Amino acid sequence: MPTYERFPMPDAGEGLTEAEIVEWKIKVGDTVTVNQVILEVETAKSLVELPSPFAGVVTELIGAEGDLIDVGTIIMVVDTDPHGAAAPEINDDSASVPAPDAVGAENLTTQDTPLDESTAEELDASERAGNDGSAQAAELLAQPTQPATTAPATAQGGAALEDALSSKIEEPEESGSVLVGYGISHGSTKRRPRRTGAADSLTVNKPAGNEAVRTKPPVRKLARDLGIELNSVDPTGPGGLITREDVLAASAATSARALTTYEGDDSPWLASGTVTHDGRQTRVPVKSVRRRTAEAMVSSAFTAPHVTVFHTVDVTKTMRLVKALREDREFSDVRVTPLLIAAKALLLAVSRHPEINASWDDENQEIVYKHYVNLGIAAATPRGLIVPNIKNAHRLGLKGLAQGISDLTATARSGKTPAADMMDGTITITNVGVFGIDTGTPILNPGESAILAFGAIREQPWVHKGKIKKRWVTQLALSFDHRLVDGELGARTLADVAAVLEEPSRGLVWG
Amino acid sequence: MTDLLSTPGLSSTDEHAPLQLIDPQGHRVITEENATLRAQVSDLTLDDLRTFYKDMMLARRFDAEATALQRQGELALYAPLLGQEAAQIGSGHALRPTDMVFPSYREHGVAHTRGMDLAKILQLFRGVDHGGWDSFEKNFHLYTLVIGSHALHATGYAMGLQRDAKVGRAAGDEAVMVYLGDGATSQGDVSEALGFAAVNNAPIVFFVQNNQWAISVPNSKQFKGELYTRGEGFGVPGIRVDGNDVLASFAAARWALDHARSGEGPVLIEALTYRMGAHTTSDDPTKYRTREEEQHWRDRDPIARVKALLESENAWNDTDETALAAELEGFGEYIRGYVKSLGRPESTSIFDHVYATDNALVREDREWFAQYEASFMDTSGGAR
Repeated sequence: MPTYERFPMPDAGEGLTEAEIVEWKIKVGDTVTVNQVILEVETAKSLVELPSPFAGVVTELIGAEGDLIDVGTIIMVVDTDPHGAAAPEINDDSASVPAPDAVGAENLTTQDTPLDESTAEELDASERAGNDGSAQAAELLAQPTQPATTAPATAQGGAALEDALSSKIEEPEESGSVLVGYGISHGSTKRRPRRTGAADSLTVNKPAGNEAVRTKPPVRKLARDLGIELNSVDPTGPGGLITREDVLAASAATSARALTTYEGDDSPWLASGTVTHDGRQTRVPVKSVRRRTAEAMVSSAFTAPHVTVFHTVDVTKTMRLVKALREDREFSDVRVTPLLIAAKALLLAVSRHPEINASWDDENQEIVYKHYVNLGIAAATPRGLIVPNIKNAHRLGLKGLAQGISDLTATARSGKTPAADMMDGTITITNVGVFGIDTGTPILNPGESAILAFGAIREQPWVHKGKIKKRWVTQLALSFDHRLVDGELGARTLADVAAVLEEPSRGLVWG
Repeated sequence: MTDLLSTPGLSSTDEHAPLQLIDPQGHRVITEENATLRAQVSDLTLDDLRTFYKDMMLARRFDAEATALQRQGELALYAPLLGQEAAQIGSGHALRPTDMVFPSYREHGVAHTRGMDLAKILQLFRGVDHGGWDSFEKNFHLYTLVIGSHALHATGYAMGLQRDAKVGRAAGDEAVMVYLGDGATSQGDVSEALGFAAVNNAPIVFFVQNNQWAISVPNSKQFKGELYTRGEGFGVPGIRVDGNDVLASFAAARWALDHARSGEGPVLIEALTYRMGAHTTSDDPTKYRTREEEQHWRDRDPIARVKALLESENAWNDTDETALAAELEGFGEYIRGYVKSLGRPESTSIFDHVYATDNALVREDREWFAQYEASFMDTSGGAR
């Protein structure tokens, strides 16, 4: 059986909380030996080489060069028994489920979550990630308190709530162990939860009968690590005591099962997920493209004030142009679509309103105007949404642009888009029309100031030269960052895009 | 014998040149000035020299393993001795089992010569124990992390030996050796200790490993005069030896310990060496010293010259080297396994050695603390 060992980012100084990856010395698939140097990291204090604690084959490296990684986050997974008998990629034994407490953690490998110390480490990681106060508050409240028959008992419940809340608020007081001058990241403080009515002096005695659930402290911890409610566990120990075995049995009964996947299935649905024991939910760890998308969308939506303007436009002449180009010998080897004309229209509009092709540099309090257009095309891939861009699209003729779009979408669908293709975009088109959608309010790709949504093109009754005619009509939407793009600039840009789509010959005038 | 004290090596144009018995190329050095030192090693056999070499190699292996363990998150901190093996192994072997040693925190090589299990040292650096060993088991005191304060403890202990009448008799005399760095000599405690040691004629040897850097502070920012003369004003004579020369370190320490045991008073030895690694694993020496300087000292590696000497005297060959390498590999695995097997200490263990005997106040504190710990829902407690 392959045996996976995980290496968390160590504290290479005293009391450091994070380190930057400078250079990986190994790659996935390499065989490493104990103490072989695997990477170089830079901490607040020094540049250090980290040696591997394991011997085996590297199966996963987490974190790219330049990434700042929290101490305790898993950075490498090594198979220490690579020549053992093959095992399914995802074990479906009872130990394969991350404890619910650890869902927010850097829980990147679901294969092995042993029921021991490392679970506690994950818990630590999740607490560091900031779940700490609130999770514990909830837990404290969920914990049975004194019977609510007497006033003091109620008061103690209230005190527990206060204690729980203050455990979040008072964090800075508890953060003693960090090196002076290096600080800690917010929310990194851990505070051990106290029992309700915890004894602060020798004189307080806790009546044993007040605990609704009777068990031993290590078993309580185990239950919490496994996400098992002790109330729901059938006790088999003497005097109604819940034993370790009882908790493990309950855990096995409620364990999620990994999904079955089939060979040759090129996009297995929710392949990395686990199904709850009742079969009604599947939980999939947030990672790679989904994680990056989420981060990008949150950062964009909550930093750039978005405004979206709409325009409905008659694109019959564009459709004729598309038809003509498809028959043109020069375009015989590329795919011509309305999107191509929309892309060209956007490039023309940008050349008339270059101020929209810019980004907001918050750090330096500057607006960066780009003298080039790296045109992003949002692409749906089996792994999720990505936005590669066509470099220097402003220099391309119509045919070059067509070639660029088809190369980019083909690469994206095959899942091989290199990171460089997704960097330094300046403006983006999202083609929601391919899904039959009229329009939307797109969210900006971070670092850009405008995004054009291109809706579905339908035949509709339209007033044309004073008469109602059947025409090809579509809707355009342009979202822009209102910090640097005023409504007028956004509106004029969109109007120009629409003008070219309505009358492509205008491109001759403006091009 | 007093010649040694007044002429710290007039062999060359540099009047402060350290005394040497092996030069960096591995040749034995025979001069008029080092005659006293040569007399100290005249009874050493090639087997003894082989032992020195093996011990130095083991200390270096320990260093490499512990440094890796720190980088893997298994130790909170580690202070490497890389480059100081000769000074430590040489002076350590000069001690008698009955002598008492007060180390600072880098004396892993000395610990080994005392017969200590080096793995225990890492309990301290992992943060699961305040010490890790019984000071009297091998007459090797706990590491002192406060710079220089143990010079006073050592002097006090040496004065205790005088009061127990364990000095200046025919046989069974004892002495104390305190290990310091150049940085510690800038501490007031060390000056106080030198004063007390001198006026009491205490049986103590101040063994100063001048590794040239007090973290990032070089010798030139610490003292204007020569370090080995530091004790003279207090009345403690000094010797300077090449600390990268295991025989010179051995000889000087043996001579000084005899001097102290016989009631002649304290001696300060400056062993001129170099900290080839970082101050601790939290330090980055590339920020304050040059590659050229490091290379200069790598060319004077204390281990290389012993090996060269052994080989030139046909006392070491490739087979020996292979066997030693295999032995050290096993030793490395033992250290690694031991560290990883260390569990969390009981929270109440912090009360264990406050007093030598039971104490009512400490007992009360311990009981309160146990109840306080038990009040947490998270019972894993203890050292985290």
